[in-house]
Amino acid sequence: MLRKNIALAALGLALVAGPAFAAGEAKEPRSVAWSFAGPFGKFDAAQVQRGYKVYREVCSACHSMNLMFFRNLGQKHGPFYDPDYANPNDNPYVKALAKDIQVNDLDSETGDTIQRAAVPADKFPSPFPNEAAARASNGGAAPPDLSVITKAVEGGPDYVYSLLTGYVAAPAGLKVGPGQHYNPYMAGDLKAYWTGKGEAPQGGFIAMAPPLADGKVTFDDGKPSTVEQQARDVVTFLSWASEPKQTERKQFGFGAMIYLFIFTILLWFSYKRIWRNVGH
Amino acid sequence: MSGNSTYEPKSGIERWLDSRLPIVRFMNDTLVTFPTPKNLNYWFTFGGILALMLGIQLITGIVLAMHYVPHVDYAFASVERIMRDVNYGWLIRYMHANGASMFFLAVYLHMFRGLYYGSYKAPREVLWIIGCAIYLVMIITAFMGYVLPWGQMSFHGAVVITNLIGAIPVIGSAITTWLWGGFAVDNATLNRFFSLHYLLPFVIAGLVVLHIWALHVTGNNNPKGVDVKSKEDTVPFHPYYTVKDGFAIGVFLLLYMSFVFFNPNALGDPVNYVPANPLVTPAHIVPEWYLLPFYAILRAVPDKLMGVILMFGAIAVIFLLPWLDTSKVRSMRYRPTARLYFFIFVFVALVLGYCGGQLPDDQVIPGVSGLMLIDADINSFVWLSRIATLYYFAYFMVILPVLGLTETPIPVPESITDPVLSHPAMTPAGAVASPEKRG
Repeated sequence: MLRKNIALAALGLALVAGPAFAAGEAKEPRSVAWSFAGPFGKFDAAQVQRGYKVYREVCSACHSMNLMFFRNLGQKHGPFYDPDYANPNDNPYVKALAKDIQVNDLDSETGDTIQRAAVPADKFPSPFPNEAAARASNGGAAPPDLSVITKAVEGGPDYVYSLLTGYVAAPAGLKVGPGQHYNPYMAGDLKAYWTGKGEAPQGGFIAMAPPLADGKVTFDDGKPSTVEQQARDVVTFLSWASEPKQTERKQFGFGAMIYLFIFTILLWFSYKRIWRNVGH
Repeated sequence: MSGNSTYEPKSGIERWLDSRLPIVRFMNDTLVTFPTPKNLNYWFTFGGILALMLGIQLITGIVLAMHYVPHVDYAFASVERIMRDVNYGWLIRYMHANGASMFFLAVYLHMFRGLYYGSYKAPREVLWIIGCAIYLVMIITAFMGYVLPWGQMSFHGAVVITNLIGAIPVIGSAITTWLWGGFAVDNATLNRFFSLHYLLPFVIAGLVVLHIWALHVTGNNNPKGVDVKSKEDTVPFHPYYTVKDGFAIGVFLLLYMSFVFFNPNALGDPVNYVPANPLVTPAHIVPEWYLLPFYAILRAVPDKLMGVILMFGAIAVIFLLPWLDTSKVRSMRYRPTARLYFFIFVFVALVLGYCGGQLPDDQVIPGVSGLMLIDADINSFVWLSRIATLYYFAYFMVILPVLGLTETPIPVPESITDPVLSHPAMTPAGAVASPEKRG
């Protein structure tokens, strides 16, 4: 009876823990073997550095990352971490990266709005002064903030990667509006725009033009700059930014699980010993 | 507080205190000497697990409240700030968020145990009702807690659920405005939800004390469901059940922590990492997994008011269970027919949970279009929810009352230590395996 009950409970857990979503009309994201996936996954610092460059040179033209500070780049498990600088605000590389970026500030003497070079304690500046401006510059669709993007979308890093690399020419018979682009991984319903034969194609329209192109970013470590590579690197960077403490979490968790496991085994033997003379 | 206390104050200060406030006596009687049936299995360890979960939620919650900002403009960023800049904030927040799921997992298994072994029957009716009250307050607390990060699902979930109150005729919309503190879910709503989310766990803690008090008047039920007859039937709570509960807690923590450390967002909805935007409604508004069965019941009914009544009725009926089940036999070990209906009930509850996460008009079996029945295709989740809802209520209001009067239970052992029937594996083969004897 007990075994049956456990099986039922397990079934229940499996049922409820599964994604409780009906699939849309979009194509299933391609699955990528990410270096940071799984309980022992880690970020490759060089890859996150390249990804930051892609964000800085391409994405940041339209997308904000309001939860990110320059100092985050130099914190432990961050892309520019240097053990000599426990305080990332002192990290010379991070200082140099920040210095290239202008941020808004107030002149404390006059109260005037000024621009100055960023320091590590500054937030990544937003490309637009406000949401209305972001919308106005992008055909009515404000580019989403990318701070937690890989945990804010169904499919996570796989989805973002598939979307970035998934742009294809719209099939003949699909009417694409001005300022719109067809992407098979984008959620949407294309029935109303479809005049071709058979079922309407999978996917939807997205206001973002294909952002990446071969050679668009020059990688400092000499990696060939393909769309594929740029997408992989920037998604790795965005995944790190979504959960900057995930390496720490996994390492801490590994120790905690071993401790708990040994503790539980000891409790099991204590239990057996204490109950040894009780018939039950 | 009651029962036969065997506590003997050993030192002068204990004697002094015992004659003024016998708090050490109470703790001793509760956690040390409490006579506990010796045949309790692992299904009886969830009480201890739940006490631990309440403690974890309280402690992590108090720390989170030190850093959280209950304001529509800052709430989302403050939660992320906790995970990024507060020392071990990621650990505290993920323990709290996953802790809610684990709390509900444990409470459902605890209720499953109570339902299966008849722990709600005389003399434990009050104990059961207090437990139901704890569950109800837990639901309200969890709902309000889910609103606090002020993500898309927080906001739109709050809109959907608070709008339900508006279904009450005449005064509904006035009550909704009063609950919101305005004319929409906004900053005032977030503030009061934060206040109540902080308050209600202490209400739960108070109810837990009553729950334990009531337990110690009647004593534990046990897998056989027979009363304790002699001292032979029991062992003192400590060390026998402290160590057994301790082991179960260890196993439970391994499951809980595997989510916290390695899959902290698996049980949550990704859409809640998008900051709340009243102008953009998510494609699919769903509650967290532990409330999906009730959501399915709500949506199964075409009429809004009836849906709300049934949804609350699904919880209310659990309160009445001690008087709905007419059987004198507690444990379903000896009620083969009831057991069968009970397992169907558990399956139906899981089906309801599954339906709650689907779009009502989606097909259950893809590609097969069935008959239109009244307002929807028969092959749709809305009809599956309706059938499941019907069984859910029938189980409590028809099956259990009738079965208690008509079924023939198999022989119940004389006592817990009865050597012949000490374990189901040792019962005569025919006894368990013939549920068809009488229906």
